[in-house]
Amino acid sequence: MNLLTVKNLFVRIEQKVIIEDLGFALAPRERLSVLGPNGAGKTVLLKALLKLVSYSGEIIWDPNVRIGYVPQKIDADIHLPLTFKDLFLAKCRTLKVSSKEIDEISASVGLTEELIETPVGHVSGGQFQRGLIGFALIGKPNVLLLDEPTASIDEPGEENIYELIHRLQDEFGLASIMVSHDLSFVFRYATSVLCLNRRGLCLGTPREVLAPDMLEKLYGEPYSYYQHDHLSPT
Amino acid sequence: MSAAENYSLILMLLTALAAGLVGSFALMKRMSLAGDVVSHIALPGLGLALLFHINPLIGAAAALFLGTILIWHLQEGGTLTTDVAIGVIFTAALAIGTLVTPSEDLIEALFGGFQSLNLMWFLLGVVAVAAIVWFTFRFRYQLILSLFSPELAAVSGVNVSRLNLYFLLAFSLTVLLGLRFLGALLVGALIIVPAAIGRQLTHTLTKFLFTSSVASALSVGVGFFISRLYPHITIGKATVNLAPGPTIISVATLFFLFSLLRKKT
Repeated sequence: MNLLTVKNLFVRIEQKVIIEDLGFALAPRERLSVLGPNGAGKTVLLKALLKLVSYSGEIIWDPNVRIGYVPQKIDADIHLPLTFKDLFLAKCRTLKVSSKEIDEISASVGLTEELIETPVGHVSGGQFQRGLIGFALIGKPNVLLLDEPTASIDEPGEENIYELIHRLQDEFGLASIMVSHDLSFVFRYATSVLCLNRRGLCLGTPREVLAPDMLEKLYGEPYSYYQHDHLSPT
Repeated sequence: MSAAENYSLILMLLTALAAGLVGSFALMKRMSLAGDVVSHIALPGLGLALLFHINPLIGAAAALFLGTILIWHLQEGGTLTTDVAIGVIFTAALAIGTLVTPSEDLIEALFGGFQSLNLMWFLLGVVAVAAIVWFTFRFRYQLILSLFSPELAAVSGVNVSRLNLYFLLAFSLTVLLGLRFLGALLVGALIIVPAAIGRQLTHTLTKFLFTSSVASALSVGVGFFISRLYPHITIGKATVNLAPGPTIISVATLFFLFSLLRKKT
């Protein structure tokens, strides 16, 4: 039984077709990476899956699915007098789950007690991202939707954001759909790849689909930087 | 002071506490402009009611309710023109309200006054304040999520659109309560200025809500007593009227200026 089945998905925003006739599925524990150039509809796809934008076609989630969502950015006023502890607690109360998991989740995303009690505008970019991942984990989700986490804002010596996500997936047995530009991560951790440029251009394991000609088709120009020997799909 | 005047003063202070709470969330939701529109929309209703000899509060309440629904629709539309629409409604309401309000009532409609209250209106006011406080307490977690990120709130199961409507209704009810003593032009300030003070002085949500409410009640209390003790001040040959509404807001603004000097705690 798939956690998610998508069929004939169309998303139009102000008469512009953003996603056209897309279909794919997500199995338990599957790690699906969504690749595509800017403006390909990757973020919109996640929002459609979360029913945050209107769409036509079918998006069928298994009734037992609990989704955690890690957005690319938050438009909030950074001067809000809110801490991640406030936000974690607010989510616990809204979902009506015990707030006991807050400490455990903070520890597993690498945020100290002091940091979760610091106003969100005062933490570093990497810590903010960890906070968002922690927020997604409240309520024990079994599927994570992640929109382009960036490793570049990690602090030196910290566990890389991708390693963190990978570890959490193992720890909590999570399936995931992740929009990512980081091809080395896709090769290392993804179990399947969806190439998206308005339409679905390819779907399969990283080694099957990420041949140079496919990447060229997807990004529209010769794509070569990722071809390190130890990673190239030979 | 008579019992009726006491009722009036107590309700003013309770309204101030509610305004501090609602204002804190309004400030975090960045809707201080929408707040001003809500209060201005009350004016045509107030004016029409005075013109037709109906209780002005009923006219204001009807206009506020319609205005609230209108602003909610504008927010939901989420178009770039929301600001423009709000700007147009704001000035149109002021113009139409000024035209229809009988001139002998205009100053009070715009800047408020101090009337005594009978027990029934006092109790109704207390119920309204209780409803506002109950709402902010009951929905505080959902409000926190939605002002951090409406999308994350929606994914966490919050009906953001309905929450926004409830919030606007609580906001309008606060405006209605404040209208009596601050008038359509000044009531918005009681919601925003004390919240700005709370924001300036605090870092955590609980302290923020508490400080805004205290600042609001202090402004109303101090402003009211100054205006009671010195209704008129003579400077040279000119006489200045210290009417309660403008005095209260001036005191609040003074507190805000002081708050700029203080470090956050």
